[in-house]
Amino acid sequence: MVAGGFGVGKTTFVGAVSEINPLRTEAVMTSASAGIDDLTHTGDKTTTTVAMDFGRITLDQDLILYLFGTPGQDRFWFMWDDLVRGAIGAVVLVDTRRLADCFPAVDYFENSGLPFVIALNGFDGHQPYTPDEVREALQIGPDTPIITTDARHRADAKSALITLVEHALMARLR
Amino acid sequence: MTTPPGGHPYSGGQQSPGEHGQNRFNFPSAPSRSGQGQHPYQQPHRQPGPYDQPPQPRIEPVQPRQTPQPSPAGGTHNPLVRPYAMTGGRTRPRYQLAIEALVHTTAEPARLQGQLPEHQRICHLCREIKSVAEISALLSIPLGVARILVADLAEAGLVAIHQPGGDESAGGQPDVTLLERVLSGLRKL
Repeated sequence: MVAGGFGVGKTTFVGAVSEINPLRTEAVMTSASAGIDDLTHTGDKTTTTVAMDFGRITLDQDLILYLFGTPGQDRFWFMWDDLVRGAIGAVVLVDTRRLADCFPAVDYFENSGLPFVIALNGFDGHQPYTPDEVREALQIGPDTPIITTDARHRADAKSALITLVEHALMARLR
Repeated sequence: MTTPPGGHPYSGGQQSPGEHGQNRFNFPSAPSRSGQGQHPYQQPHRQPGPYDQPPQPRIEPVQPRQTPQPSPAGGTHNPLVRPYAMTGGRTRPRYQLAIEALVHTTAEPARLQGQLPEHQRICHLCREIKSVAEISALLSIPLGVARILVADLAEAGLVAIHQPGGDESAGGQPDVTLLERVLSGLRKL
């Protein structure tokens, strides 16, 4: 899974390492959003479409890795629950200029027990904060890797995925 | 989605039965949290190539369509059929398919005669192995509907499904062997 706040670069990250252009699948959510969505423009709207972008990497003849970018809004937890089952882990992308945007994702994965790594996406190539500073700000334990990345670059995205799988493997062996 | 609320072709301006039926969509209601960034649904151009995507991920409410859409020659989308009409109103497959479950067909084309068009399209697509997510995306079918249709096909023996490997004792999480294979595969990329 690739998680993080809106506009943090999830789809960019997926696209950088995916062998196909990121695809979008949609699920339909109904009624529960009626009280909180702005219905002014939509008349009798009773459905909301939740879009989720994903890519794939064929690792071997019989092994395909799918990368799912989680829907940005944290009220779509049900989609996350669906994804967590069977997932290896999550890359939580963080824009350090908007650190709070990643809180819901971090909380979610801490609670679900899914292994995750924090990847600081350096916009314009800048990394204004070090991983240690971010670790302190986010109150992330020492076991969770925090790395810097550039979601636009394949090598960076690949490296982040390797870090994640190594971390997941360590967690399983521990 | 394919039709606007109230836009059912056979019910005119009245509320269609589907208005209530929509509460039976596959996905449960989301917790009520504050939502932001809602955009009115932008009318997309409806001739998507298989891998064409809109530029930005967005969460979009559905807005009633003003004009009926012509059905593309390729039959990629039929705007006059509500998503769950394809499934006979069922909102849950007989067994739970993972979003990343792989689907593959080896059925002879002759066996597809008489199947629903959506079933045929899925079979056609899955001559090369595809995940449930890809079927949903490439055929513009909502995820929940794709799951049901694929489960139908599996029951009819028209597709084989490869559910992802997982360690049952660990809540379906990938086992160590699988993780090692993924790690090795990633390093070779």
